[in-house]
Amino acid sequence: MALLKRVIVCLDVRRGQVTKGVKFQGNVDLGDPVEYAIRYDEQGVDELVFYDITASAEDRNLFLDVVENVAASIRIPFSVGGGIDSLDSMRSVLLAGAEKVSLNSPAVRNPDLLGKGAAAFGAQCIVLGVDAKKVDKTDAIPSGYEVVIQGGRTPTGLDVLQWVTEAEERGAGEICLNAIDTDGVRDGYELTLTRMVADAVGIPVIASGGGGEPSHLTDAVTTGGADAALVASMVHYGDYTVEQIKAEMAADGIAVRVSAQP
Amino acid sequence: MAGMAVAILDYNAGNVTSVAHAVRRLGFDAQITADHDTIRAADHVIFPGVGAAATCMQVVRERGLDVALKEAVESGKPVFGICVGMQLLFDHSDEDGGVDCIGLLPGRVKRFELDDPTLKVPHMGWNPVRFVDGEPIARDLVGAADTACYFVHSYYCDPDPSVEVIATADHGHAFCVGVRKDNLVALQCHPEKSGPVGMSILSSFLEAN
Repeated sequence: MALLKRVIVCLDVRRGQVTKGVKFQGNVDLGDPVEYAIRYDEQGVDELVFYDITASAEDRNLFLDVVENVAASIRIPFSVGGGIDSLDSMRSVLLAGAEKVSLNSPAVRNPDLLGKGAAAFGAQCIVLGVDAKKVDKTDAIPSGYEVVIQGGRTPTGLDVLQWVTEAEERGAGEICLNAIDTDGVRDGYELTLTRMVADAVGIPVIASGGGGEPSHLTDAVTTGGADAALVASMVHYGDYTVEQIKAEMAADGIAVRVSAQP
Repeated sequence: MAGMAVAILDYNAGNVTSVAHAVRRLGFDAQITADHDTIRAADHVIFPGVGAAATCMQVVRERGLDVALKEAVESGKPVFGICVGMQLLFDHSDEDGGVDCIGLLPGRVKRFELDDPTLKVPHMGWNPVRFVDGEPIARDLVGAADTACYFVHSYYCDPDPSVEVIATADHGHAFCVGVRKDNLVALQCHPEKSGPVGMSILSSFLEAN
Protein backbone atom coordinates (compact mmCIF):
# COMPACT_ATOMS: atom_id res chain seq x y z
CA MET A 1 0.00 0.00 0.00
CA ALA A 2 2.85 2.35 -0.71
CA LEU A 3 3.32 4.95 -3.41
CA LEU A 4 2.36 3.80 -6.89
CA LYS A 5 4.51 4.36 -9.96
CA ARG A 6 3.14 7.15 -12.11
CA VAL A 7 2.46 7.34 -15.83
CA ILE A 8 2.64 10.94 -16.99
CA VAL A 9 1.60 12.22 -20.38
CA CYS A 10 3.40 15.25 -21.78
CA LEU A 11 1.69 17.65 -24.15
CA ASP A 12 3.68 20.28 -26.00
CA VAL A 13 1.47 23.27 -26.73
CA ARG A 14 2.09 25.75 -29.51
CA ARG A 15 -0.41 28.51 -30.36
CA GLY A 16 -3.13 26.80 -28.35
CA GLN A 17 -2.64 23.42 -30.05
CA VAL A 18 -1.03 20.16 -28.94
CA THR A 19 2.02 19.60 -31.10
CA LYS A 20 4.70 16.95 -31.30
CA GLY A 21 8.17 16.93 -32.77
CA VAL A 22 11.02 14.48 -33.02
CA LYS A 23 14.28 15.47 -31.35
CA PHE A 24 12.84 18.98 -30.87
CA GLN A 25 12.26 19.50 -34.59
CA GLY A 26 9.60 19.09 -37.25
CA ASN A 27 6.52 19.78 -35.13
CA VAL A 28 3.02 18.87 -36.31
CA ASP A 29 -0.20 20.08 -34.66
CA LEU A 30 -2.37 17.34 -33.18
CA GLY A 31 -5.41 19.10 -31.68
CA ASP A 32 -7.11 20.79 -28.71
CA PRO A 33 -5.18 20.43 -25.42
CA VAL A 34 -8.36 20.32 -23.33
CA GLU A 35 -9.77 17.43 -25.36
CA TYR A 36 -6.49 15.56 -25.03
CA ALA A 37 -6.39 16.25 -21.28
CA ILE A 38 -9.92 14.94 -20.70
CA ARG A 39 -9.24 11.83 -22.78
CA TYR A 40 -6.08 10.97 -20.83
CA ASP A 41 -7.78 11.68 -17.49
CA GLU A 42 -10.53 9.22 -18.45
CA GLN A 43 -7.89 6.66 -19.46
CA GLY A 44 -6.43 6.87 -15.96
CA VAL A 45 -3.27 8.90 -16.52
CA ASP A 46 -1.73 9.94 -13.18
CA GLU A 47 -0.53 13.36 -14.16
CA LEU A 48 -0.16 15.63 -17.15
CA VAL A 49 2.57 18.06 -18.16
CA PHE A 50 1.94 20.97 -20.50
CA TYR A 51 4.91 22.65 -22.13
CA ASP A 52 4.49 26.02 -23.74
CA ILE A 53 6.91 25.67 -26.62
CA THR A 54 6.37 29.18 -27.90
CA ALA A 55 7.56 32.29 -26.17
CA SER A 56 5.82 35.34 -27.64
CA ALA A 57 3.68 37.42 -25.29
CA GLU A 58 0.60 36.87 -27.41
CA ASP A 59 0.99 33.09 -27.36
CA ARG A 60 1.69 33.27 -23.62
CA ASN A 61 -1.81 34.59 -22.95
CA LEU A 62 -3.29 31.95 -25.22
CA PHE A 63 -1.36 29.34 -23.24
CA LEU A 64 -2.66 30.65 -19.89
CA ASP A 65 -6.20 30.30 -21.25
CA VAL A 66 -5.37 26.69 -22.07
CA VAL A 67 -4.11 26.13 -18.50
CA GLU A 68 -7.33 27.57 -17.03
CA ASN A 69 -9.52 25.49 -19.30
CA VAL A 70 -7.56 22.33 -18.51
CA ALA A 71 -7.79 23.00 -14.75
CA ALA A 72 -11.56 23.29 -15.01
CA SER A 73 -11.85 20.12 -17.08
CA ILE A 74 -9.74 17.42 -15.41
CA ARG A 75 -9.60 15.73 -12.00
CA ILE A 76 -5.89 14.99 -11.77
CA PRO A 77 -2.78 17.06 -11.14
CA PHE A 78 -0.82 18.73 -13.90
CA SER A 79 2.31 20.80 -14.21
CA VAL A 80 3.32 23.51 -16.60
CA GLY A 81 6.67 24.23 -18.18
CA GLY A 82 8.14 26.45 -20.85
CA GLY A 83 8.67 30.15 -20.45
CA ILE A 84 8.66 29.97 -16.62
CA ASP A 85 11.48 32.35 -15.76
CA SER A 86 10.31 34.44 -12.78
CA LEU A 87 8.22 34.29 -9.61
CA ASP A 88 5.51 36.16 -11.51
CA SER A 89 5.37 33.60 -14.30
CA MET A 90 5.23 30.80 -11.69
CA ARG A 91 2.42 32.55 -9.87
CA SER A 92 0.40 33.10 -13.04
CA VAL A 93 0.31 29.41 -14.02
CA LEU A 94 -0.28 28.24 -10.44
CA LEU A 95 -3.18 30.69 -10.12
CA ALA A 96 -4.50 29.45 -13.46
CA GLY A 97 -4.79 26.02 -11.82
CA ALA A 98 -1.51 24.11 -12.35
CA GLU A 99 -0.16 22.12 -9.37
CA LYS A 100 3.49 22.49 -10.27
CA VAL A 101 5.80 24.50 -12.44
CA SER A 102 8.70 23.04 -14.36
CA LEU A 103 11.85 25.12 -14.81
CA ASN A 104 14.50 24.19 -17.32
CA SER A 105 16.79 26.69 -19.07
CA PRO A 106 15.89 29.63 -16.74
CA ALA A 107 16.97 27.56 -13.71
CA VAL A 108 20.39 27.03 -15.31
CA ARG A 109 20.76 30.73 -16.07
CA ASN A 110 19.40 31.81 -12.68
CA PRO A 111 19.59 28.97 -10.11
CA ASP A 112 18.21 31.27 -7.38
CA LEU A 113 14.81 30.85 -9.04
CA LEU A 114 14.54 27.33 -7.57
CA GLY A 115 14.98 28.50 -3.99
CA LYS A 116 12.80 31.55 -4.44
CA GLY A 117 10.05 29.47 -6.02
CA ALA A 118 10.25 26.85 -3.26
CA ALA A 119 10.06 29.53 -0.57
CA ALA A 120 7.11 31.24 -2.20
CA PHE A 121 5.04 28.22 -3.29
CA GLY A 122 6.57 25.17 -1.56
CA ALA A 123 9.23 22.76 -2.84
CA GLN A 124 6.50 20.35 -3.95
CA CYS A 125 5.52 22.78 -6.73
CA ILE A 126 8.99 23.21 -8.16
CA VAL A 127 10.02 20.69 -10.79
CA LEU A 128 13.48 20.95 -12.30
CA GLY A 129 13.40 19.98 -15.96
CA VAL A 130 16.80 18.73 -17.15
CA ASP A 131 17.73 18.02 -20.75
CA ALA A 132 20.69 15.66 -20.63
CA LYS A 133 23.03 14.73 -23.47
CA LYS A 134 25.56 11.93 -23.45
CA VAL A 135 29.13 13.23 -23.85
CA ASP A 136 32.65 11.96 -23.27
CA LYS A 137 33.56 11.81 -19.58
CA THR A 138 35.83 14.70 -18.63
CA ASP A 139 36.97 16.32 -15.39
CA ALA A 140 34.23 18.92 -15.85
CA ILE A 141 31.59 16.33 -16.71
CA PRO A 142 32.54 13.19 -14.77
CA SER A 143 29.12 11.52 -15.18
CA GLY A 144 29.36 11.65 -18.97
CA TYR A 145 26.04 13.47 -19.21
CA GLU A 146 25.91 17.19 -19.86
CA VAL A 147 23.06 19.58 -19.20
CA VAL A 148 21.90 21.22 -22.43
CA ILE A 149 19.41 24.08 -22.68
CA GLN A 150 17.27 25.90 -25.22
CA GLY A 151 15.62 22.74 -26.43
CA GLY A 152 18.89 20.88 -26.66
CA ARG A 153 20.69 23.42 -28.83
CA THR A 154 23.04 24.90 -26.25
CA PRO A 155 25.55 22.95 -24.13
CA THR A 156 26.14 24.41 -20.66
CA GLY A 157 29.30 22.68 -19.46
CA LEU A 158 27.32 21.50 -16.41
CA ASP A 159 27.46 17.91 -15.25
CA VAL A 160 23.94 16.45 -14.93
CA LEU A 161 24.63 14.79 -11.57
CA GLN A 162 26.16 17.90 -10.07
CA TRP A 163 23.29 20.02 -11.36
CA VAL A 164 20.47 17.82 -10.01
CA THR A 165 22.17 17.58 -6.62
CA GLU A 166 22.58 21.34 -6.47
CA ALA A 167 18.97 21.85 -7.60
CA GLU A 168 17.71 19.57 -4.83
CA GLU A 169 19.68 21.56 -2.26
CA ARG A 170 18.28 24.78 -3.65
CA GLY A 171 14.70 23.60 -3.25
CA ALA A 172 13.56 21.62 -6.30
CA GLY A 173 10.88 19.10 -5.27
CA GLU A 174 11.08 16.80 -8.28
CA ILE A 175 13.31 16.15 -11.29
CA CYS A 176 11.98 15.61 -14.79
CA LEU A 177 14.92 14.06 -16.58
CA ASN A 178 14.79 14.19 -20.35
CA ALA A 179 17.37 12.30 -22.37
CA ILE A 180 17.94 14.30 -25.54
CA ASP A 181 19.52 11.39 -27.40
CA THR A 182 16.48 9.13 -26.99
CA ASP A 183 13.72 11.80 -27.09
CA GLY A 184 11.06 11.02 -29.69
CA VAL A 185 12.92 7.92 -30.89
CA ARG A 186 10.62 5.54 -28.97
CA ASP A 187 13.33 2.99 -28.43
CA GLY A 188 13.35 3.04 -24.63
CA TYR A 189 14.46 5.43 -21.88
CA GLU A 190 18.11 6.19 -21.08
CA LEU A 191 18.25 3.77 -18.16
CA THR A 192 21.86 4.34 -17.10
CA LEU A 193 21.28 8.07 -16.83
CA THR A 194 17.93 7.61 -15.07
CA ARG A 195 19.36 5.24 -12.47
CA MET A 196 22.33 7.51 -11.85
CA VAL A 197 20.08 10.50 -11.15
CA ALA A 198 17.48 8.52 -9.15
CA ASP A 199 20.26 7.25 -6.87
CA ALA A 200 21.80 10.70 -6.49
CA VAL A 201 18.76 12.64 -5.25
CA GLY A 202 16.19 12.21 -2.50
CA ILE A 203 13.34 13.72 -4.51
CA PRO A 204 11.15 11.97 -7.09
CA VAL A 205 12.56 11.48 -10.60
CA ILE A 206 10.49 11.32 -13.78
CA ALA A 207 12.11 9.47 -16.69
CA SER A 208 11.50 11.18 -20.01
CA GLY A 209 12.54 10.67 -23.60
CA GLY A 210 12.27 7.41 -25.46
CA GLY A 211 9.07 5.73 -24.27
CA GLY A 212 7.71 3.69 -27.19
CA GLU A 213 6.09 0.63 -25.65
CA PRO A 214 4.81 -0.35 -22.18
CA SER A 215 7.88 -2.48 -21.34
CA HIS A 216 9.98 0.68 -21.64
CA LEU A 217 8.02 2.23 -18.75
CA THR A 218 8.48 -0.92 -16.68
CA ASP A 219 12.24 -0.68 -17.33
CA ALA A 220 12.29 3.01 -16.36
CA VAL A 221 10.78 2.37 -12.93
CA THR A 222 12.68 -0.87 -12.24
CA THR A 223 16.14 -0.76 -13.86
CA GLY A 224 16.03 3.02 -14.07
CA GLY A 225 14.76 3.49 -10.52
CA ALA A 226 12.40 6.30 -11.62
CA ASP A 227 9.26 7.21 -9.69
CA ALA A 228 7.37 8.01 -12.86
CA ALA A 229 7.74 7.74 -16.61
CA LEU A 230 6.66 10.31 -19.11
CA VAL A 231 5.19 9.46 -22.49
CA ALA A 232 4.03 11.49 -25.47
CA SER A 233 4.18 10.02 -29.00
CA MET A 234 3.15 6.52 -27.97
CA VAL A 235 -0.22 7.77 -26.75
CA HIS A 236 -0.74 10.88 -28.92
CA TYR A 237 -0.68 8.88 -32.13
CA GLY A 238 -3.08 6.28 -30.75
CA ASP A 239 -0.62 3.35 -30.64
CA TYR A 240 -1.47 2.79 -26.98
CA THR A 241 -3.98 4.07 -24.45
CA VAL A 242 -2.81 4.91 -20.95
CA GLU A 243 -5.02 2.04 -19.78
CA GLN A 244 -3.14 -0.42 -21.98
CA ILE A 245 0.23 0.84 -20.78
CA LYS A 246 -0.80 0.48 -17.14
CA ALA A 247 -2.32 -2.96 -17.69
CA GLU A 248 0.99 -4.16 -19.12
CA MET A 249 2.98 -2.55 -16.32
CA ALA A 250 0.67 -4.19 -13.77
CA ALA A 251 1.22 -7.53 -15.51
CA ASP A 252 4.96 -6.89 -15.13
CA GLY A 253 4.39 -6.60 -11.38
CA ILE A 254 4.52 -2.80 -11.15
CA ALA A 255 2.09 -1.20 -8.68
CA VAL A 256 0.11 1.33 -10.71
CA ARG A 257 -3.26 3.04 -10.26
CA VAL A 258 -6.01 1.39 -12.24
CA SER A 259 -8.85 3.75 -12.89
CA ALA A 260 -12.12 1.92 -12.33
CA GLN A 261 -14.43 4.31 -14.13
CA PRO A 262 -14.48 7.33 -16.44
CA MET B 1 -29.12 19.31 -2.76
CA ALA B 2 -27.45 20.76 -5.85
CA GLY B 3 -26.87 24.48 -5.72
CA MET B 4 -26.07 24.53 -2.00
CA ALA B 5 -23.39 27.00 -1.07
CA VAL B 6 -19.90 25.77 -0.33
CA ALA B 7 -17.43 28.23 1.20
CA ILE B 8 -13.82 27.51 0.24
CA LEU B 9 -11.57 29.42 2.59
CA ASP B 10 -9.19 31.83 0.90
CA TYR B 11 -5.85 32.34 2.62
CA ASN B 12 -3.54 32.69 -0.40
CA ALA B 13 -2.75 28.98 -0.35
CA GLY B 14 -2.24 27.08 -3.56
CA ASN B 15 -4.74 24.72 -5.09
CA VAL B 16 -7.86 26.59 -4.00
CA THR B 17 -9.07 27.01 -7.57
CA SER B 18 -8.85 23.26 -8.17
CA VAL B 19 -11.15 22.63 -5.21
CA ALA B 20 -13.66 25.17 -6.55
CA HIS B 21 -13.58 23.50 -9.98
CA ALA B 22 -14.22 20.08 -8.43
CA VAL B 23 -17.10 21.35 -6.27
CA ARG B 24 -18.73 23.09 -9.24
CA ARG B 25 -18.31 19.98 -11.36
CA LEU B 26 -20.40 18.15 -8.75
CA GLY B 27 -23.17 20.74 -9.17
CA PHE B 28 -22.60 22.83 -6.05
CA ASP B 29 -22.14 26.57 -5.79
CA ALA B 30 -18.52 27.19 -4.73
CA GLN B 31 -17.29 30.49 -3.37
CA ILE B 32 -13.64 31.15 -2.61
CA THR B 33 -13.91 33.53 0.30
CA ALA B 34 -12.44 34.92 3.50
CA ASP B 35 -15.62 36.82 4.35
CA HIS B 36 -17.01 35.68 7.69
CA ASP B 37 -20.65 36.32 6.79
CA THR B 38 -20.32 34.27 3.60
CA ILE B 39 -18.73 31.45 5.61
CA ARG B 40 -21.55 31.64 8.17
CA ALA B 41 -24.17 31.47 5.43
CA ALA B 42 -22.54 28.48 3.68
CA ASP B 43 -23.93 24.96 4.00
CA HIS B 44 -20.48 23.40 3.79
CA VAL B 45 -17.01 24.74 4.49
CA ILE B 46 -13.81 23.50 2.85
CA PHE B 47 -10.39 24.49 4.22
CA PRO B 48 -8.03 23.44 1.41
CA GLY B 49 -4.44 24.25 0.70
CA VAL B 50 -0.95 23.62 -0.44
CA GLY B 51 1.82 25.68 1.04
CA ALA B 52 4.17 26.25 3.93
CA ALA B 53 2.62 26.09 7.41
CA ALA B 54 4.08 29.33 8.78
CA THR B 55 3.00 31.48 5.83
CA CYS B 56 -0.42 29.85 5.73
CA MET B 57 -1.01 30.29 9.49
CA GLN B 58 -0.01 33.93 9.29
CA VAL B 59 -2.64 34.67 6.63
CA VAL B 60 -5.23 32.50 8.42
CA ARG B 61 -4.79 34.64 11.55
CA GLU B 62 -4.70 37.94 9.67
CA ARG B 63 -8.05 37.10 8.09
CA GLY B 64 -9.52 35.67 11.28
CA LEU B 65 -10.15 32.37 9.50
CA ASP B 66 -9.12 30.42 12.62
CA VAL B 67 -12.06 32.05 14.41
CA ALA B 68 -14.40 31.54 11.44
CA LEU B 69 -13.42 27.85 11.25
CA LYS B 70 -14.05 27.25 14.95
CA GLU B 71 -17.42 28.92 14.60
CA ALA B 72 -18.29 26.79 11.56
CA VAL B 73 -17.31 23.59 13.41
CA GLU B 74 -19.38 24.60 16.46
CA SER B 75 -22.38 25.39 14.25
CA GLY B 76 -22.50 21.72 13.28
CA LYS B 77 -22.20 22.20 9.51
CA PRO B 78 -19.88 19.85 7.61
CA VAL B 79 -16.29 21.18 7.52
CA PHE B 80 -13.54 19.56 5.42
CA GLY B 81 -9.80 20.23 5.84
CA ILE B 82 -7.54 19.19 2.96
CA CYS B 83 -3.73 18.77 3.01
CA VAL B 84 -2.28 21.85 4.74
CA GLY B 85 -5.89 22.62 5.68
CA MET B 86 -5.83 19.35 7.67
CA GLN B 87 -2.44 20.00 9.23
CA LEU B 88 -3.36 23.50 10.43
CA LEU B 89 -6.30 22.07 12.40
CA PHE B 90 -3.84 20.50 14.86
CA ASP B 91 -2.05 22.15 17.80
CA HIS B 92 1.40 22.46 16.31
CA SER B 93 3.43 21.83 13.17
CA ASP B 94 7.17 21.14 13.12
CA GLU B 95 7.42 22.82 9.68
CA ASP B 96 9.32 26.12 9.32
CA GLY B 97 11.07 25.66 12.66
CA GLY B 98 7.80 25.11 14.54
CA VAL B 99 4.44 26.82 14.12
CA ASP B 100 1.48 26.97 16.50
CA CYS B 101 -1.62 26.08 14.53
CA ILE B 102 -5.38 26.42 15.05
CA GLY B 103 -5.70 23.70 17.68
CA LEU B 104 -9.13 22.32 16.85
CA LEU B 105 -7.60 18.84 17.08
CA PRO B 106 -4.99 17.64 19.60
CA GLY B 107 -1.76 16.44 18.00
CA ARG B 108 1.20 17.64 16.01
CA VAL B 109 2.46 17.67 12.44
CA LYS B 110 5.81 15.99 11.79
CA ARG B 111 8.20 15.64 8.88
CA PHE B 112 8.73 12.27 7.21
CA GLU B 113 12.11 11.00 8.45
CA LEU B 114 12.76 7.86 6.43
CA ASP B 115 15.77 5.58 6.53
CA ASP B 116 15.04 3.92 3.20
CA PRO B 117 16.77 6.02 0.50
CA THR B 118 14.37 4.77 -2.17
CA LEU B 119 11.48 6.49 -0.36
CA LYS B 120 11.33 10.10 -1.43
CA VAL B 121 10.22 13.21 0.43
CA PRO B 122 8.02 15.03 -0.60
CA HIS B 123 5.66 12.07 -0.60
CA MET B 124 4.30 12.85 -4.03
CA GLY B 125 1.95 10.84 -6.17
CA TRP B 126 -0.82 8.26 -5.87
CA ASN B 127 -0.99 6.11 -2.78
CA PRO B 128 -3.69 3.58 -1.84
CA VAL B 129 -5.67 4.70 1.21
CA ARG B 130 -7.30 2.44 3.81
CA PHE B 131 -10.53 3.96 5.08
CA VAL B 132 -12.17 2.64 8.24
CA ASP B 133 -15.49 0.86 7.79
CA GLY B 134 -18.50 3.10 8.00
CA GLU B 135 -16.69 6.38 7.31
CA PRO B 136 -19.30 8.54 5.52
CA ILE B 137 -16.92 10.25 3.06
CA ALA B 138 -15.78 6.82 1.84
CA ARG B 139 -19.26 5.34 1.68
CA ASP B 140 -19.15 4.82 -2.10
CA LEU B 141 -15.64 3.36 -2.04
CA VAL B 142 -16.68 0.22 -0.22
CA GLY B 143 -15.25 -2.70 -2.12
CA ALA B 144 -13.50 -0.44 -4.61
CA ALA B 145 -10.48 -2.22 -6.06
CA ASP B 146 -8.44 0.94 -6.12
CA THR B 147 -8.63 3.67 -3.50
CA ALA B 148 -5.45 5.45 -4.54
CA CYS B 149 -5.52 9.19 -3.87
CA TYR B 150 -3.11 11.93 -4.88
CA PHE B 151 -0.68 13.21 -2.23
CA VAL B 152 1.84 16.05 -2.22
CA HIS B 153 3.40 16.67 1.19
CA SER B 154 6.55 16.38 3.29
CA TYR B 155 4.79 16.56 6.68
CA TYR B 156 2.06 14.35 8.13
CA CYS B 157 -0.34 14.61 11.06
CA ASP B 158 0.35 12.63 14.22
CA PRO B 159 -2.91 12.96 16.14
CA ASP B 160 -3.36 12.48 19.86
CA PRO B 161 -4.86 9.00 20.54
CA SER B 162 -8.17 10.69 21.43
CA VAL B 163 -8.66 11.75 17.78
CA GLU B 164 -10.62 9.38 15.55
CA VAL B 165 -8.41 8.29 12.61
CA ILE B 166 -10.54 7.43 9.58
CA ALA B 167 -7.84 6.67 7.01
CA THR B 168 -4.21 5.57 6.80
CA ALA B 169 -1.60 4.89 4.13
CA ASP B 170 2.03 3.75 4.04
CA HIS B 171 5.13 5.73 3.21
CA GLY B 172 8.01 4.05 5.03
CA HIS B 173 5.55 3.56 7.88
CA ALA B 174 1.78 3.76 8.27
CA PHE B 175 0.69 7.36 8.71
CA CYS B 176 -2.57 9.13 9.41
CA VAL B 177 -4.33 10.25 6.22
CA GLY B 178 -7.70 11.24 7.64
CA VAL B 179 -9.38 12.24 10.89
CA ARG B 180 -12.92 12.98 11.98
CA LYS B 181 -14.44 14.78 14.94
CA ASP B 182 -18.21 14.84 14.50
CA ASN B 183 -18.92 17.25 11.61
CA LEU B 184 -15.22 18.06 11.09
CA VAL B 185 -13.41 15.76 8.68
CA ALA B 186 -9.93 16.14 7.19
CA LEU B 187 -7.71 14.36 4.66
CA GLN B 188 -4.03 14.69 3.86
CA CYS B 189 -4.57 13.69 0.21
CA HIS B 190 -6.25 15.83 -2.43
CA PRO B 191 -9.72 14.56 -3.35
CA GLU B 192 -10.01 17.39 -5.89
CA LYS B 193 -7.06 15.86 -7.77
CA SER B 194 -7.73 12.17 -7.17
CA GLY B 195 -9.76 11.26 -10.24
CA PRO B 196 -13.02 9.31 -9.81
CA VAL B 197 -12.09 8.22 -6.25
CA GLY B 198 -11.61 11.83 -5.17
CA MET B 199 -14.84 12.95 -6.81
CA SER B 200 -16.67 10.24 -4.89
CA ILE B 201 -15.16 11.45 -1.60
CA LEU B 202 -16.05 15.08 -2.28
CA SER B 203 -19.53 14.15 -3.39
CA SER B 204 -20.11 12.12 -0.20
CA PHE B 205 -18.94 15.07 1.89
CA LEU B 206 -21.13 17.57 0.03
CA GLU B 207 -24.19 15.38 0.30
CA ALA B 208 -23.84 15.17 4.11
CA ASN B 209 -25.66 17.75 6.21
